[in-house]
Amino acid sequence: MSVLVYTENWDGKFKKLSFELISYATGVAKMLNSTVTAVSIGKVDETELKKLGNYGANKIISVGNDQLNIIDNQAYASVLSEVALKENAKVIVISNNNTGKAIAPRLSVRLKAGVGSGISKLPLSLNPFTVYKRTYSGNAFAHVVIKSDVKILTLAQNSYDVVETPANATIESINASVDGSLLKTQVKDVQKQTGKIVLTDAEIVVSGGRGMKSPDNWAPLVELASLLGAATACSRPVSDEGWRPHEEHTGQTGKIIAPNLYIAVGISGATQHLAGVSSSKFIVAVNNDKDAPIFGSAQYGIVGDALKVLPKLVDAVKAIKK
Amino acid sequence: MKILVCISNVPDTTTKIKIAEGNASIDTTGIQWVINPWDELSLTRALELKDDATNEVNSVTVVHVGPATTEPTIRKALAIGADNAIRVNAASSDAWFVASQIAEVVKSEQFDIIMCGIESSDFNGSMVGGMISEFLGIPSVSAVSGLKIENGQPVLTREIDGGKEVVTVPAPFVAIVQKGIAKEPRIAAMRGIMMARSKPVKVVEPVSVEPLTEIIGFEKPASRAACKYIDAENPAQLIDLLQNEAKVI
Repeated sequence: MSVLVYTENWDGKFKKLSFELISYATGVAKMLNSTVTAVSIGKVDETELKKLGNYGANKIISVGNDQLNIIDNQAYASVLSEVALKENAKVIVISNNNTGKAIAPRLSVRLKAGVGSGISKLPLSLNPFTVYKRTYSGNAFAHVVIKSDVKILTLAQNSYDVVETPANATIESINASVDGSLLKTQVKDVQKQTGKIVLTDAEIVVSGGRGMKSPDNWAPLVELASLLGAATACSRPVSDEGWRPHEEHTGQTGKIIAPNLYIAVGISGATQHLAGVSSSKFIVAVNNDKDAPIFGSAQYGIVGDALKVLPKLVDAVKAIKK
Repeated sequence: MKILVCISNVPDTTTKIKIAEGNASIDTTGIQWVINPWDELSLTRALELKDDATNEVNSVTVVHVGPATTEPTIRKALAIGADNAIRVNAASSDAWFVASQIAEVVKSEQFDIIMCGIESSDFNGSMVGGMISEFLGIPSVSAVSGLKIENGQPVLTREIDGGKEVVTVPAPFVAIVQKGIAKEPRIAAMRGIMMARSKPVKVVEPVSVEPLTEIIGFEKPASRAACKYIDAENPAQLIDLLQNEAKVI
């Protein structure tokens, strides 16, 4: 019996998210007195694979196969279910990112495994197996009992601390066969932003709302973000107006993020906006309306005009970076 | 081409969620029920595709798993423009149960494109669309922010980490839809509301399926410490607090 964790790679490299997943799986394995098996799919070299051992993986299974170089949710679910059966996995941990959301439900059907999705804490109890799950867009948290023999948990990004637990991991390479007829999705074109921090990965996010008044006023906000190593985001009206691309929209119907620091500039903080950012560890609000609801969710606030405060914040950050 | 749009019935997104006494459920008193926002956008896009005759979309059907009390939400979808509706007469107990029911509907009626919202705004599970596709053994494309039909062939745009991909996939398939698929949800006009009354809603009884998960209780999110205010003339103090108190920069 083991806790299986799928660790996604990006062009052969793991990132913090992969280590959060293993740290979490290690936490679950401790509760179950079990071991952790990490599964990596696609081409990853041995030095990179060994890193998974630093966070508690006892066994690392690397599935290499040229057909698997592109993530296809049907093919990946088929490989993972095979490995899960072979390893007699009772709990499977997957990220709640786009890839995880595509794979987890398919794996669930293949293994008849109930899913606890968007989890941010270790299970509340083992018997019955109960998890703590974000519901109603963060306005209530549910205690969910997973009744099936095999359980799938999808972990919310940046919600579980990376813990170093060096383990002597063994690496096993397998060459899973993929039914070619499963590979039906054809990628025609890829447009990737380069040099920009991916919003859902960012530890700091600087976000602008209607208080920015015009798309022409974004320069100091972008500068502040760049000084802090932060990603930029925006509220819904801003993306609806086309001031910023819709990929930047954070909120209930946009991106749900959980950075360490969320700086909301000129955002009033409607329920729908807070639903996308309420899991941030710290929220800073800059708004000229002292009664704006955003201050109710912020730990630090400045009541003032966004366009006047931003340049001063830029100067203050420059001063500490010197 | 036949399109099926899966719709979920959720509290209006501005609702202040209250937990009922005993913490076992949500207090539904006074809640306005609406079509899940992403499902509403899916429906809008499906209707836009149908509006253009060159796409050869013959019908847009909505399917919903819920008891008779959820009919107003189905009527709303018909008023917006769906041609007909199917309601599976059962409470939507969990993703596994709902996906099992919808997969049965697809098996008996045959659709080319099945559209599901990326999540429901109540349970935030993100599971139903993917489960339907696996039950049916058909492809699914997730995080879809664009769907068009070119020369009879569906072309989708999906979001990936830090970018976008344009993909093609043969029908039938499930499109799991997110923001960007349609600009604004379509609103029902008076004529649509009148017409919705006479549009067919087929009620089917559920197949017997045991849910795999069960919610046994709710709790409120942990409350945050009160906001500490910093003088607008002195933002350097904020940076100092972020660096030395919160230790986040």
